[in-house]
Amino acid sequence: MEFLQSIDWLQLLRCFVVGGGICIIGQILIDKTKLTPARILVVFVTVGAILGGLGIYKYIIDFAGCGATVPLTGFGANLAKGAIEAVKDQGLLGAFIGGVKAAAGGIAAAVFFGYLASLIAKPKIKKQ
Amino acid sequence: MSENPLENPQKYNEYVDKKSPNSPILKNCFNAFWVGGLICSIGQIIFDFCKYKGLEQQSSNTVVAIVLIGIAAFLTGLNIFNKIGKFAGAGSLIPITGFANSIVSPAIEYKSEGYVMGVGGKMFTVAGPVLVYGISASVIIGIIATLFA
Repeated sequence: MEFLQSIDWLQLLRCFVVGGGICIIGQILIDKTKLTPARILVVFVTVGAILGGLGIYKYIIDFAGCGATVPLTGFGANLAKGAIEAVKDQGLLGAFIGGVKAAAGGIAAAVFFGYLASLIAKPKIKKQ
Repeated sequence: MSENPLENPQKYNEYVDKKSPNSPILKNCFNAFWVGGLICSIGQIIFDFCKYKGLEQQSSNTVVAIVLIGIAAFLTGLNIFNKIGKFAGAGSLIPITGFANSIVSPAIEYKSEGYVMGVGGKMFTVAGPVLVYGISASVIIGIIATLFA
């Protein structure tokens, strides 16, 4: 119960509003353009990486916490941040290592849990 | 037969716009907002719990991603996530949960094609492009950062 008392409710509210707001942008893209979901995800991850590379996205993360890191823009920003930080230590080599290293947990989890979940699921048989 | 909608692309687009149902955009946005916000808030509570347990920021973010991806993958496997997705649209697509869903959905659909090329290959029909563009962007940004370092 000590944990519940430690929760910053204002922070949680900012997270909710910003996270929801980013999803609204996605929803407008779905409704108003003919972009497929795959393209929208690519747009979000790329925009996130660019904003992360420019150093803008970290201010959104400082403000909204997981409201900024959980949407796919955060995944992109994390890739960019990892690359930039690795470059500081390893130079050009870091450009190739840093991004994937920072996102490794998420990528490995997606592959592993994705595979497990596909194994337990039964394929739907489409009704004619 | 007054006009042929297939005459030119512009007429075709007008025809499609006229025939396709108007999606209630305000309602869609509202649902996307609160479901998306809720998923992020669940992430925030997991994050706070990790910090409470003494994990550093980067590791906490990774734990949040792993847990949300795991939950979304299994909800997709149980065919629950697709129902949430129909209701919430971008609300469940844009958070990292949508990434997990995009891996599991095609994997299940193409399971009949076998475990290597079916499940193993089709897993990346949507996630592949996301990784290609995300990782390529990070490498380019890293190279640019080297120039300024």
